[in-house]
Amino acid sequence: MARLPAGTLSESYQVDKAIVRTRLQWGLSIAGLILLFILPLFVNSDRTLILLNTIGITIITVQGLNILTGYCGQINLGQVGFMAVGGYTSAILAININLPFWICLPLAGIATAMVGVIFGLPALRVKGFYLALATIAAQFIILFCVYLIPDLTGGAAGLTIPSPNLGGIVFNSEQNFYYIIIVAVIITTFFAKNLARTRVGRAFIAIRDNDLAAEVMGISLAKYKTMAFAICAFYAGIAGSLWAYYTGVVHPDQYTMVDSIWYVGMVIVGGMGSTVGAIFGTIFLRLIEEMANSQLAPWLGTVFPAIAGQASASMALFFQGLIIALFLIFEPRGIAHRWETFKASYRLWPFPY
Amino acid sequence: MLLAGLMTGGVYALVALGFVMIYKASGVFNLAQGELFMVGGLLCWTFAAELGLPIWLSLMLALAVSVILGIVIERLTMRPLIGESPFTLIVMTLSLTLMITGLATLKWGGVTLGMFDLIPSGSLKFGGVFLSQQLLGCFVLAILGVIIFSLYFRYTKSGLSMRAVAENHQAARSTGIRIGNVFRLVWIIGAITAAVGGILLGSINGVSIFMRLMGLKILPVVLLGGLDSIPGAIVAGLVVGALESLALGYLDPIIGEGFSQVFPFVILVIVLMVRPHGIFGLARIERI
Repeated sequence: MARLPAGTLSESYQVDKAIVRTRLQWGLSIAGLILLFILPLFVNSDRTLILLNTIGITIITVQGLNILTGYCGQINLGQVGFMAVGGYTSAILAININLPFWICLPLAGIATAMVGVIFGLPALRVKGFYLALATIAAQFIILFCVYLIPDLTGGAAGLTIPSPNLGGIVFNSEQNFYYIIIVAVIITTFFAKNLARTRVGRAFIAIRDNDLAAEVMGISLAKYKTMAFAICAFYAGIAGSLWAYYTGVVHPDQYTMVDSIWYVGMVIVGGMGSTVGAIFGTIFLRLIEEMANSQLAPWLGTVFPAIAGQASASMALFFQGLIIALFLIFEPRGIAHRWETFKASYRLWPFPY
Repeated sequence: MLLAGLMTGGVYALVALGFVMIYKASGVFNLAQGELFMVGGLLCWTFAAELGLPIWLSLMLALAVSVILGIVIERLTMRPLIGESPFTLIVMTLSLTLMITGLATLKWGGVTLGMFDLIPSGSLKFGGVFLSQQLLGCFVLAILGVIIFSLYFRYTKSGLSMRAVAENHQAARSTGIRIGNVFRLVWIIGAITAAVGGILLGSINGVSIFMRLMGLKILPVVLLGGLDSIPGAIVAGLVVGALESLALGYLDPIIGEGFSQVFPFVILVIVLMVRPHGIFGLARIERI
C-alpha cells in the first residue's frame, strides 16, 4: 500500500493541477484505455455491444449536461432537443451536400452550439424553475421546427443516413461503430475533466455557487453562461450526430421529453459537477433500463399476463424514476460521492481519516 | 372557436390552480400535475366504462384514489426534501412523472382512447354561436371548482392557514399552524384539481396515456399568470385556452400543422423574456 497517495505530496503546481498525478495513476489510466479498446474482442453478444454503444453515446451527452448543470448550475431539461439539432444537421448535410461523416460531426456540434446559445438567452434573465421552463419550451419548439420544414427534414417520416466511411472501411456494424464511439467518449471526457481546472471551469463553478458574488468578482455572467450553454449544446450535438449515424435514421419520435429527464437524472445519480460521476450515472441508469427491459419485463409478463404487453414499455420508466427519487432522498451527491469516500478510505487505510 | 378555447381554458385554470397552490404553500413546482390529471381521468374511465359502475360512484372513487395518491406523494417524496434547493425539488417531481407514467402504462398503456359519459352531449345555441353542451358543462364545473377553492382560501380556517404558510413558514409555525398538515392538504387539493380536470376533459376528448402532456401545457398558464397568484392562474388559464384555440384556427393554416400545440410554449418564452413574473405575480425573481 506504500504507493497509494495518502495525502498531498505534489512538489510543484504542475503536478498538483495535473489530472493524472502519480505513476500508479498513469499505469492504471493506460491500462484502462487499452482495456476499453480491446473490449469488443471479448464481447460476443451483439446485445452487449449495443448496450455499450448506447452507453457511450449517452455518456457524451450527459457530460455536456454535467458541464452545464453540474459545473455551472443552470438547469437544462431540453438536452434532447439539442441532440435533435445535432442529429438533423448531420443528416441534412450528409444527404444534401454529401459531406463525409468526419466533417458532419463537428459541423453538427457547432450548429447545435449556436442553437444552444440562442436558447441559453433566457438563462441570462432568469434562473431556477423559470430556466427549466425555458429549456422545456426550447425542446418543444425545436422539435416543432422539424415538422415545419418537411422538405428539408423529412417531417414525420424522418431521414436515413448512410454509414460513415473511412478510406474504405464502412462503419455499419456494432463492433466498428464501437471504436468511433469510444474515441469520441475519451476525447469528450478528457475535455470535460480538463475544463474544471481551467479559468473557464472555475468561472462556471463560481457562477453555480453564487452568481451574484461571481458577478461582483468580475466574472461576466452573460459571457460564461452563454459559453456553458454553447459547450453543453456542442456535446449534445456530437452525441445526437453520433446517434443519428449509429441508428441510421433521424426521426422526430426518437427525441422525447422523457429522455431529457433521464439525462438530468443521470447527472444527479452520478453526482453533479463530477466528470466521473456522469459516467457512473449513465452506466447505472442504462443498466437499470436494460435489466428492466430484458429481465424484469418478460418475468412480469408471465406472472401477470394481463399486462404483458405494456410491461416492457413501462417498467424501465418506473424504475428509472424510482432510482432517481431514491438517490435524491438518500444520496443527493450521487455515486461519485460514494466513490470518493471509498477511494479516501482505502488510501488512508488503516487510518479512519 | 374562441368560446371553445375559453371553455377548455376553464379546465386549464383549474389544474393550474392546483399547481399554484402547491407552489405557494410548499415552494414545490409540481411538474407531476399532468400525471395526476391523467390518472384522474383514467381512473374514472376504468370505474365508469370498464367496470360499469354508476358515474357518481366512479367520480367519488377516482377522486378518492387521487387524494390517496397525493397524500402518498407528499409523505414519501416531498417530506424528506423539505428545504432542499429548487433544482432537487424539480427533479424529484420529474422522477415522480416517470414513476407514475410507468405504473400507469402498465394498466392503461394499450388503451388508445376511452370515453365515458359525464355530461350528455348536444349543442346549445348561444346568441348565434353553437356551443357544445359538454364543453359548456365542463367550463361551468371548472369555474365552479375555482370559485369554491377561492372561497375556501379566503374564508375557512384551513384555507387561511394555507395562505399563512405560503407567506412564511416560520411565522406560520409560531402561531401554531402545523406545516406538515398544510403540506398534505395542499397536495390533496393539487391532486383533486388535477383529477377533476382530467375527468372533465377526459369525458369530452377521451382518456389516454397521453393526457399527461397536459402537465406541460399548464406551465405557460402558471407562468403567464404568475407562479404565486391564484387569480393569475385563473385568468391565464382562460387566456391560454383562448389563444391556443385562436392559433388553431388562424395561425395553423399559415404556419403549419401542430403550431397550436407549440404556441403555448412560444407564449412561455415571450413571457419569460419580457415579464418573467407573469401578469399578477410578485416580481421576486432575481434578474441579472
